[in-house]
Amino acid sequence: MDTSMIKVDENGFYGQFGGAFIPEMLYPNIEELRENYEQIMASEAFKEEFERLLKDYVGRPTPLFYANRLSEKYGAKIYLKREDLCHTGAHKINNTVGQIILARKLNKKRIIAETGAGQHGVATATVCALMGMECTVYMGAVDMERQKPNVERMRILGAKVVPANSGSKTLKDATNEAMRQWINNPVDTHYIIGSVVGPHPYPEMVARFQSVISAEMKIQLKEKEGRENPDLVIACVGGGSNAAGAFYHYYNEPEVRLIAVEAAGLGVSSGKSAATTMLGKPGILHGSRTLLMQTADGQVVEPHSISAGLDYPGIGPVHAHLFDSGRGEFVAVEDEDAMKAGIEVSRLEGIIPAIESAHAFHALNQIEYKSTDVIVINLSGRGDKDLETYIKWGNY
Amino acid sequence: MNRIDKLFQNKKESILSIYFTAGFPQLEDTLPIMEAIEAAGADIIEIGVPYSDPIADGPTIQESNNVALKNGMTLHLLFEQLKNLREKISIPVILMGYLNPVVQYGMEAFCKKCKEVGVDGLILPDLPMQQYLTEYKSLFDAYDLRNTFLISPQTSETRIRQIDQNTDGFIYMVSSASITGAKKAVSPEQIAYFERVKAMELSNPRLIGFGISDKASFNTAAAHSHGAIIGSAFIHVLRDSKDLKKDIYHYIQSIIA
Repeated sequence: MDTSMIKVDENGFYGQFGGAFIPEMLYPNIEELRENYEQIMASEAFKEEFERLLKDYVGRPTPLFYANRLSEKYGAKIYLKREDLCHTGAHKINNTVGQIILARKLNKKRIIAETGAGQHGVATATVCALMGMECTVYMGAVDMERQKPNVERMRILGAKVVPANSGSKTLKDATNEAMRQWINNPVDTHYIIGSVVGPHPYPEMVARFQSVISAEMKIQLKEKEGRENPDLVIACVGGGSNAAGAFYHYYNEPEVRLIAVEAAGLGVSSGKSAATTMLGKPGILHGSRTLLMQTADGQVVEPHSISAGLDYPGIGPVHAHLFDSGRGEFVAVEDEDAMKAGIEVSRLEGIIPAIESAHAFHALNQIEYKSTDVIVINLSGRGDKDLETYIKWGNY
Repeated sequence: MNRIDKLFQNKKESILSIYFTAGFPQLEDTLPIMEAIEAAGADIIEIGVPYSDPIADGPTIQESNNVALKNGMTLHLLFEQLKNLREKISIPVILMGYLNPVVQYGMEAFCKKCKEVGVDGLILPDLPMQQYLTEYKSLFDAYDLRNTFLISPQTSETRIRQIDQNTDGFIYMVSSASITGAKKAVSPEQIAYFERVKAMELSNPRLIGFGISDKASFNTAAAHSHGAIIGSAFIHVLRDSKDLKKDIYHYIQSIIA
């Protein structure tokens, strides 16, 4: 395999996916970011601040936990990368810490963000409070309803939460609204995108901020197993930021199987699904060419997943390329199965996972592996925010 | 000769371009609206191709897009409606829309169809210049379609020069850092921007759009350019109209008379 295969080119493409398909009004914003992000991220001052905040504020490194009872049940050596133990309860804050430092170096005064499950919104509101910056978060009206505690968390942290009332009133529409507001405020505002989506350089930049996940996994596996590489890494994919972070340092290690788990919703062919690689074809959304759920006429299809964080009709261009090139294996897990997996992990390991992460666990039932395999599941977030959904589901 | 080229050759000022969304307010209104726009004295018609996720548009055009899609508008249907366009319409016609529906239709098939029905130009706001130059320009040229790029107050001089070099037809000057939608008045900062670009002596004519809604804002924009584009304010007229033909005539006359 070409070891440079999963790599962004100078125009922001991973294979045929990526790029910057944006209206001219956003060009100066994106250009400013593109011209500066690598240099800023490479500077000693940035690295020092980023690493210090990840350690002292986020609580990194997060543990790599050997899940004994899960391992017994599934017949493999299963480790959990505990991103759920990050400050604010999910991996999202790795990226927001990086982007807020970047925004300050770019002399931005205001922050805007979109959010689906609310985890990215909370992580953004958190770093804005930390840095004393004004923060507005756009959130689909439907998501505001099903993730109420996170809405209030953002408000407690001092952020303004603005409902997106167009389309399906979920993550896609919140992203549209944030982009519109960036067009309206191009000079003093930085847009913190929460996933590996959007126009170049966002997908690559966010993946790099999240790559700390797999960087730590390598060190921790070396300690525990005497080798840096597991046999499989499993992560859920909506836009795909936790998966991009968990896969990042393994892209070019062909012996490591990369399992991306999408949300099948009520079933891949039910018409109520968010399994983008199974249902999508190449198209353009939110500034990049990627796999996209759409009608024959090119209108974006409204997705469905029980988990707000996976309820997105597209997928990060790097994942579209993983799929297209065959480097990644894609699995789709249905709502009901994800909920069951969430309960199972709670009972076997004493960890209530976010419903997003619960999808990754159910993949253990849908893929083949050997009893000697070392498997790392990226436990991207904790389930506190989902209690209402668990309660409503009720089957426990 | 391409009708856009011809228009700018013959008319140097106060050009009025009117935008509306195909399939709004009713699915079959497309051609009657175009006839009414021409009869009322506008110079260019921009037909908006509806899209589910119009990120550069404000609430008014978002809503007209939603209604048009609910009505069942598609690119295939639009071309069907435009089949006999040139029997009825003589002024330049431009299709404006986001890239994804066009890409799904197939860019070559799209360009061919545009030429066939008598469309003169395209505005695809999320088509990056680089992709245009490397992937699509030869197609646009082959089918004699003018491509218009946008610029905004934040666009650098270098970038404006680059856009001028790669545009044919006209340059679409977005009037302020903003999504589409009617605003109250044109500010001194906006006028400074209009004048700054005017002083660059670009090779393409300039039309100003976004936030132009009435005679006053049209006249101000036209005083600093070759004319202006009205979209959202016109959509309001269509939305509230009981008699499209009459209301379109009165509205356009209120701008240009």
